[in-house]
Amino acid sequence: MPFYEAVRLALQTIRAQKLKSAFSVIGVFIGVTFLIAAVSIVNGMNRYMTDKFAASIVGVNTFQLRHRPNVGFNVPDSVWRSWRRRPRITFADAEAVTRGMSVPGVLTSWFSEDQGTVEYGGKIAKSIDLQGAGADYFTIKNLNIVQGRPFSPQEAKAGIPVAVMGWELADKLFAGNDPIGKTIKIQGLPYTVVGVVEKQGTMLGMSLDKFVVAPATSPIQRDVNPPHVVDALMVKANTIPEMNLAMDQTEGIMRARRHLRPNQDDNFALETSAAVLDWWSGINRLMVAFGPGIVLISLVVGGIVIMNIMLMAVAERTREIGVRKSLGAKRKDILRQFLAEAITLSTVGAAAGIAFGIILTLLIQAFTPLAAQVAPWSVGLGVVLGSVVGVVFGTLPAMRASKLDPIAALRQE
Amino acid sequence: MTHQEFVTGDTPLPDIVILTHKLAREYIMGTETVRALRGVSVQIRRNEYVAVMGPSGSGKSTFMNLVGCLDTPSSGEYWLNGQKVSDLGDDDLARIRNKEIGFVFQTFNLLPRADALHNVELPLVYAGMRAAERRKRASEALARVGLADRMHHRPNELSGGQRQRVAIARALVNNPSILLADEPTGNLDSATSNEIMGVFKDLHRQGQTVVMVTHEPDIAANAERVVTLRDGLVHTDQKQAA
Repeated sequence: MPFYEAVRLALQTIRAQKLKSAFSVIGVFIGVTFLIAAVSIVNGMNRYMTDKFAASIVGVNTFQLRHRPNVGFNVPDSVWRSWRRRPRITFADAEAVTRGMSVPGVLTSWFSEDQGTVEYGGKIAKSIDLQGAGADYFTIKNLNIVQGRPFSPQEAKAGIPVAVMGWELADKLFAGNDPIGKTIKIQGLPYTVVGVVEKQGTMLGMSLDKFVVAPATSPIQRDVNPPHVVDALMVKANTIPEMNLAMDQTEGIMRARRHLRPNQDDNFALETSAAVLDWWSGINRLMVAFGPGIVLISLVVGGIVIMNIMLMAVAERTREIGVRKSLGAKRKDILRQFLAEAITLSTVGAAAGIAFGIILTLLIQAFTPLAAQVAPWSVGLGVVLGSVVGVVFGTLPAMRASKLDPIAALRQE
Repeated sequence: MTHQEFVTGDTPLPDIVILTHKLAREYIMGTETVRALRGVSVQIRRNEYVAVMGPSGSGKSTFMNLVGCLDTPSSGEYWLNGQKVSDLGDDDLARIRNKEIGFVFQTFNLLPRADALHNVELPLVYAGMRAAERRKRASEALARVGLADRMHHRPNELSGGQRQRVAIARALVNNPSILLADEPTGNLDSATSNEIMGVFKDLHRQGQTVVMVTHEPDIAANAERVVTLRDGLVHTDQKQAA
């Protein structure tokens, strides 16, 4: 009997016993659903982190000079305390690095940020990201101005109180009216609005449009940082090698300024998008460590369930096996029939798991801030695992069926 | 009744379909050895209609299992259609059952979830025939037993007589050398029994060799020869007017 006949027969049997079949494949179904969903989340988040998160936090080909790393995963307390004791980056440090680098085409911008309140005409927006920056900040972070203009290098240098708002902040305070030229109050200080940044959307459920950018040396500086101190100096190069060269030069300049001896570690941090990705891969590793375990356990449990169902089926259908043997079925025909049934069962379970996993992924995409994306290889793996479970756990029942003595099998009631 | 004396080492004559020579079968039950058959020598010619009778314990079931190639003898020879099958292995026996033997059982033994057509197709599936050809042959076999209009009925939608007809169609679909029936009327009322016996008679008239195991004398009366077993040996073997 060819294999496709056996599969056809198996599908008939499954159709005839829908409820029993549904229960028997539940383990495989859950295992594969989890596989697809977990891989989709890891995959989607990976892509998200590399493409969007890292780029929007740090920027492409960009590094930040900071007194300590901005993002950290599992940082011990002692390290954290030593980071807090480090000297901050000063205006003078930032100036020296900007002047000292010899990489062509680099852009730099001072950068400081804090949370605060912005007001206009009686409307108050709280928890707004207040950013102090240089004129090149908009280029470095690839922020497009949709209304008005960015502030100029002259305004940045002179510390003129002008501001560029994020889209959501503008919408909240001005509700569609033209904000350009209006005076808003940032932490109570008057600023003139010169521009609005294009809508950025959300990241992990947080809005990227609730911010206001003003020149780093403008009055708001006093509210954000101690005098003459910035959170970071942003440096953007045109290529990765140029960025690495700029980082080397920055390190040299800073070590010289801080009078560090060769055996002393840097007491500042140069953070790239790679650092953000490191932080992510730490979380990722956890998922990768636990995910396969959960999948494996559910598949083994699912396989054992299928094996028991098949052993029951062999016992129930002993007479059928006897009849088939009397009509000329060879051992391998019976073996193939029951193996095909087990494989078909578990593959059907896996297919249902794949379908549900994809639905789950779409639901996660639609209703949670998590970025999920189905990985094609996980679908393939689901199918393969489904049939492997069928083969592994179907063999014993199928062997038992094929070895039945036809006379005894026919005699069974 | 029998023909020439058969000696080990001989080959049966071409018109002998079934030849058993000192066929014996012993079972070991715990410490006891049960000798179900003690040496049965029978020859059945092509197109004979033979009934095998005997009280329970006479060895007729064992004889039927051996003739049906469901079992192998402890000693002795069994030749089926010119081939010595008494020393074949499992898979070869399965092939012989598929090609040479058509079984009809007391309890019909149809697959309950499959319709009549699919039940009749089964031997052809194991013969490796293609689906279209299979379907054609199976529907022809069903038509032969008068069930052309019941092909897509399941066994539980058929009467006892119709079920046994499906089983007969299934037995015949591979054009076997022998039709081997084990108490074919045991589960049928007398009217239906007569109907089935009519089918057997027709098949015999068309040239089919029929071997029927039964314990009912009036059923055995349909055959043209009756072999009676007792205590694992041939007790009587006589022709009768059919």
